[in-house]
Amino acid sequence: MRLKGFKIEGGVLPGFGPTLGYTVFYLSLIVLIPLSALVFKATSLSWHEFLAEVTSARVMASYRLTFGTAFLAALVNAVFGVMVAWVLVRYRFPGRKVIDAMVDLPFALPTAVAGITLATVYSGNGWIGRYLEPLGVKVAYTPLGILVAMTFIGLPFVVRTVQPVLEELEAEVEEAAVCLGANRLQAFRLVLFPTILPALLTGFALAFARAVGEYGSIIFIAGNMPMVSEITPLLIITKLEQYDYSGATAVASVMLGASFIMLFTINLLQWWSRRYTGK
Amino acid sequence: MEIPVELKHHKTISAGHKGLTEPLLVRWLLTGVALIFLSLFLFVPLTALFTQAFEKGAGAYFAAIREPDALSAVRLTLLTAAISVPLNLVFGVAAAWAIAKFQFPGKSLLITLIDLPFSVSPVISGLIYVLLFGLQGWLGPWLDLHDIKIIFAVPGIVLATIFVTFPFIARELIPLMQAQGNDEEEAALVLGAKGLQTFFRVTLPNIKWGLTYGVILCNARAMGEFGAVSVVSGHIRGFTNTIPLHVEILYNEYNYAAAFAVASLLACLALVTLVAKSIVEWKLKVSN
Repeated sequence: MRLKGFKIEGGVLPGFGPTLGYTVFYLSLIVLIPLSALVFKATSLSWHEFLAEVTSARVMASYRLTFGTAFLAALVNAVFGVMVAWVLVRYRFPGRKVIDAMVDLPFALPTAVAGITLATVYSGNGWIGRYLEPLGVKVAYTPLGILVAMTFIGLPFVVRTVQPVLEELEAEVEEAAVCLGANRLQAFRLVLFPTILPALLTGFALAFARAVGEYGSIIFIAGNMPMVSEITPLLIITKLEQYDYSGATAVASVMLGASFIMLFTINLLQWWSRRYTGK
Repeated sequence: MEIPVELKHHKTISAGHKGLTEPLLVRWLLTGVALIFLSLFLFVPLTALFTQAFEKGAGAYFAAIREPDALSAVRLTLLTAAISVPLNLVFGVAAAWAIAKFQFPGKSLLITLIDLPFSVSPVISGLIYVLLFGLQGWLGPWLDLHDIKIIFAVPGIVLATIFVTFPFIARELIPLMQAQGNDEEEAALVLGAKGLQTFFRVTLPNIKWGLTYGVILCNARAMGEFGAVSVVSGHIRGFTNTIPLHVEILYNEYNYAAAFAVASLLACLALVTLVAKSIVEWKLKVSN
């Protein structure tokens, strides 16, 4: 009998040591050591130099553009994502299954391909752009183009976080609301909306975080004018190409810090979400 | 055309119940707006992509794909995926085994750290390897002395790809194996099976669809990654260009038809990924 395994918390199964050891080794090699290289490189700058790098006018303009547009894109996705999830769960129409599967396209389509396609479609003579230009709306090569690209890559997040909550919603809850005299809008506002809110916020935060770091799908449609349509990830690459390693590292470490904060927020939201749905 | 409402698992409730669904007009309106939104961002661009690819005819399309630089980009992309997916597969299984089957302190921190590459901008994912292995980096001078090239060469591309696809398989397997519990493995051990025997004959059949799902997503990202690879590649035509980088070069040279032709290969990969994903999702649902 092999009862030695009982020492390990969790049962008689073997292999805890080697698998955990390999996990930590591989994680350190691929993720932790390279990421700490960034942090160490950033700390080699003096506080004064660092602050000057990360608060220069061009960098500040890129933060405003990147975070501001990512927020707007996440907002667009929050509104339309709930609508898409609602329609996919509640209504039946031909092609629903295909459309449901296609929602994941932004996850599967390489960002460079998305970038050149959106730039072409939304340019002045593109399939959609040609109808917007007479209205005075220029999308490609303006900050509006960045909004389009960020909306595209964040599109699946809200749909995919809200959809399962809507699917598992008990009909009795809505029935009770109706029996108590609520009309449809009141039932949505007072009963359904609070239930999907944690999932909606999680999806919003995921879409926002993805849009902030996005590079490939944006650079083709953005125009990339310093101070106007230059996103922070592009600015990091520009600095790198000019051999300004410390500048690139300083800005990148600010972005990394922002990623950590967003990751922490998303974890909190998911924890709240699970508590709320009791799963 | 009537759009019937269907409340899942509660078919006994009369579907036409006035209070439980919206008026027909509202249903039509919501469906219409949702479809217009999806069309503007998904369907119209996808159709435009394939139209642009064939704009100059099938001859030009196949010429763009068969050109030597395009073929070498395809080879490099396949090579990169062939290295990074198996490595992340082994890691994913090992991590899921340790995390799902055992209790230990620091577990949730470990899960968060595994997810980390998803929250990092692709540009930073490339930058960190430049800072480690580039000429200005920590190991750069030593590597240069021994004539080992990592940055602006294939190893850098592979490393950056491994980084961005790092969590895919692990995060698919961890919740699945947690949900399945340890009972079946413990039974196998009591019946005299060895550790690896237990894994291959009990655990693996149970997780095969979750594993496939993770591999499909990991592979799609590995073949399509642009930002991280772009930072470490150096864009040397015919040598360090993957398919997405080749698309970028063609596009920036205003060679749109060729750019979209090569891009359509990646779009096909994306569509195959979505179909495979749907099939595996269905299999997962059936097996649970």
